[in-house]
Amino acid sequence: MPKVTIDGQTIEVAEGTTILNAARQIGGELVPPAMCYYSTLKGSGGKCRTCLVRVTKGSEKDPRPMPKLVASCQTMVMDGMEVASKSDPSVVDARAAVTEFLLINHPLDCPICDQAGECHLQDLAFEHGKSNTRYEFERRTFEKIDIGPYIKLHMTRCIMCFRCVFTAQQLCPERVHGIIHRGDHAEISTFIEKSIDSEFSGNVIDVCPVGALTDRTFRFKSRVWFLNPMDAHRDCPTCSGKAVVWMYGGEIYRVTARKDKYGEVHDFICNTCRFHTKEKGSWTIEGPRDLDRHSVISQNHYEHGEKTVR
Amino acid sequence: MARKLLLEHAQVPGINTYEVYRKHGGYRSVEKALKTMSPDEVVDEVKKSGLRGRGGAGFPTGMKWSFLAKPEGVPRYLVCNADESEPGTFKDRYLMEKIPHLLVEGMITSSYALGANTSYIYIRGEYSWILFILEKAIAEAYANGWLGKNIQGSGYDLDLYVNIGGGAYICGEETALIESLEGKRGNPRIKPPFPAVKGLWQCPTVVNNVETIAAVVPIVNDGGEEYAKIGIGKSTGTKLISASGNINKPGVYEIEMNISVEEFIYSDEWCGGIKNGKKLKACVPGGSSVPILPHFLVCKTANGDTRMMTYESLADGGFATGSMLGSGGFIVYDEDQCIVRNTWNFARFYAHESCGQCSPCREGTGWMEKVLHRLEHGGGKMSDIDLLVDVAKKIEGNTICPLGDAAAWPVSAAIRHFREEFEWHVNDPKAAMERNYGLVNEKVNA
Ligand SMILES: Cc1cc2nc3c(=O)[nH]c(=O)nc-3n(C[C@H](O)[C@H](O)[C@H](O)COP(=O)(O)O)c2cc1C
Ligand code: SF4
Ligand code: SF4
Ligand code: FES
Repeated sequence: MPKVTIDGQTIEVAEGTTILNAARQIGGELVPPAMCYYSTLKGSGGKCRTCLVRVTKGSEKDPRPMPKLVASCQTMVMDGMEVASKSDPSVVDARAAVTEFLLINHPLDCPICDQAGECHLQDLAFEHGKSNTRYEFERRTFEKIDIGPYIKLHMTRCIMCFRCVFTAQQLCPERVHGIIHRGDHAEISTFIEKSIDSEFSGNVIDVCPVGALTDRTFRFKSRVWFLNPMDAHRDCPTCSGKAVVWMYGGEIYRVTARKDKYGEVHDFICNTCRFHTKEKGSWTIEGPRDLDRHSVISQNHYEHGEKTVR
Repeated sequence: MARKLLLEHAQVPGINTYEVYRKHGGYRSVEKALKTMSPDEVVDEVKKSGLRGRGGAGFPTGMKWSFLAKPEGVPRYLVCNADESEPGTFKDRYLMEKIPHLLVEGMITSSYALGANTSYIYIRGEYSWILFILEKAIAEAYANGWLGKNIQGSGYDLDLYVNIGGGAYICGEETALIESLEGKRGNPRIKPPFPAVKGLWQCPTVVNNVETIAAVVPIVNDGGEEYAKIGIGKSTGTKLISASGNINKPGVYEIEMNISVEEFIYSDEWCGGIKNGKKLKACVPGGSSVPILPHFLVCKTANGDTRMMTYESLADGGFATGSMLGSGGFIVYDEDQCIVRNTWNFARFYAHESCGQCSPCREGTGWMEKVLHRLEHGGGKMSDIDLLVDVAKKIEGNTICPLGDAAAWPVSAAIRHFREEFEWHVNDPKAAMERNYGLVNEKVNA
């Protein structure tokens, strides 16, 4: 098994592990941010470039450093590889640059965005962003679109991570969802505003790192940080039935799949669980869900060690 | 007169037809390869020739061919890149229009060398009329037994198809081209795996430029060593140059890679000097993505050596004082041309052509275009100049495919060599506008 050293910490990992996943196995500060890679979505990653790292030593066999920064989510570890992540100022600079690129056309409408508080772009900007912008032009905007009865597409907020496209490809039988146009005018679209007609279409909401895809049954109902996320399950004929119900008082405001600490869903849930099962009696509540977040909003709420009960 | 290996018969009437082409020695390379050489021997000749890819990167073709994976029972493909969309480059067009059979012949010989039984020519959508020229040539080749089953009784089978793209520069990037050929959106793939291992339909694939494939014909006919005798150092053979801009004789020229840049610009055999007796201001020697050279670095390198029309000499001095031969799109600027405007024009192209997959290129190209637009139209600020340098630096090297670099290089090079002109646009926008557009009394707007 290859051994890799990231920011001075060495770990042995299985053949074919990416630098990003090796870093996640070590954990902590050295884990690169990842806005597009999603371990359960085949083909994802490589696009956002937030996960750039420097390979200072290629491998035991070929110790030459790699000439450019590489996307850690796409680069396999080699035995003896040495990688600089947060310890290398040029890596930190490159991540800041990518953050700036992602933000220049972002509307920064967090105060009215349902994703605020659980948005990966907020987290990224909190860690790598600056407080002012050098971009002095009109930001690109799009009309909001309803993709069927449950999903709202607010393309203006999209960061083109392609996760929803891979989700639709992977979970929905017919491919009606993809990318049209190119460059900075590219947009996510169902091929002519069709609804994504599949029992699993709602998962695109969970994989979206920003507020571009939101739950129409939950829109503007509450800020997420006022809600208590609880692990819950039910007997579901379609999916695993393992979900998180977001409660206020005795009421369920929304249902999502369970995300790990990197925001990834491993058990996708069906639309019945997500959109149509909001009575408390339908769920077996297991207890509060531990959330590990590092965004500006979680700073005063989801503190480490403390469960999320208000 | 310089030797011509590709365009020798380009002006012969009817050379686009099979009969005339054949009469002028056409398809000899196929006969020679299929009847007297093993595929590996053809690859060896290409290696000996020192031929380097003519699509822009200049990677040695023989080496690329020998990297092709050859797993048992898996088909291999040869794909010809005829997407030619780099601003300033129009040589493949000329070759395909004039002597389509040369490309068809090159495809057959090269496919044989690589063991491909199905090959494709991917041509840009804007060259739609050339599609018909090629299809006619291919039909003639089939009719005369150069394509199809058991070619000339050799036992070798090959089918050749032309595929037309939708008209996107990015589909010239080899993995985007492969995606497009598969009927998908032309987004570059993440490498590795490289096409030599997993290309078209996940099978080993070689992608080569039109001119590269055409050059295989004289290499096989005359031998790799003969070919390698032309040129200097690692720049062997002849190269097609698309010459444009303020010169007396714009056009496509086949040069031996042993002449100087000065000779190429000023000799009557080639560009015939700067138009209207003006002075040379700058030159982009290899297509819009390569760094621009100011007049004092065009004919001489920074060390004072004569600059030659070769891969090495044009790159002499690195990006600080050199450039690249690239795809051979040779653009000449006279003293009246505006570098800011030209840079904006290039930036606009890249912003329009970025596929939008990765953040630095998608957002950065659009940003640079907007800042350059503002500078060129009289609304720029002094800080814009360093902002551009910074944005370009942050795109470069951080993207999935080299389009990001291609967009960043011309901007940083223009500012490196022509910063004063950018500053002049900020300090005296009215004068700059007046020079570029003659808008003497118009209000200068942002
Ligand atoms: C954005 C972009 C556009 C390109 N366009 C072309 C093109 O139009 N024609 C071409 O031959 N190569 C083009 N290339 C280079 C190809 O990716 C590839 O390197 C080339 O076709 C290989 O052929 P060669 O080895 O014969 O040069 C392009 C590369 C990039 C990154
Ligand atoms: S809509 Fe969301 S998931 Fe889809 S590409 Fe945009 S940001 Fe990514
Ligand atoms: S560099 Fe530009 S063109 Fe290339 S993959 Fe990225 S966004 Fe697309
Ligand atoms: S997470 Fe690696 S490029 Fe987006």
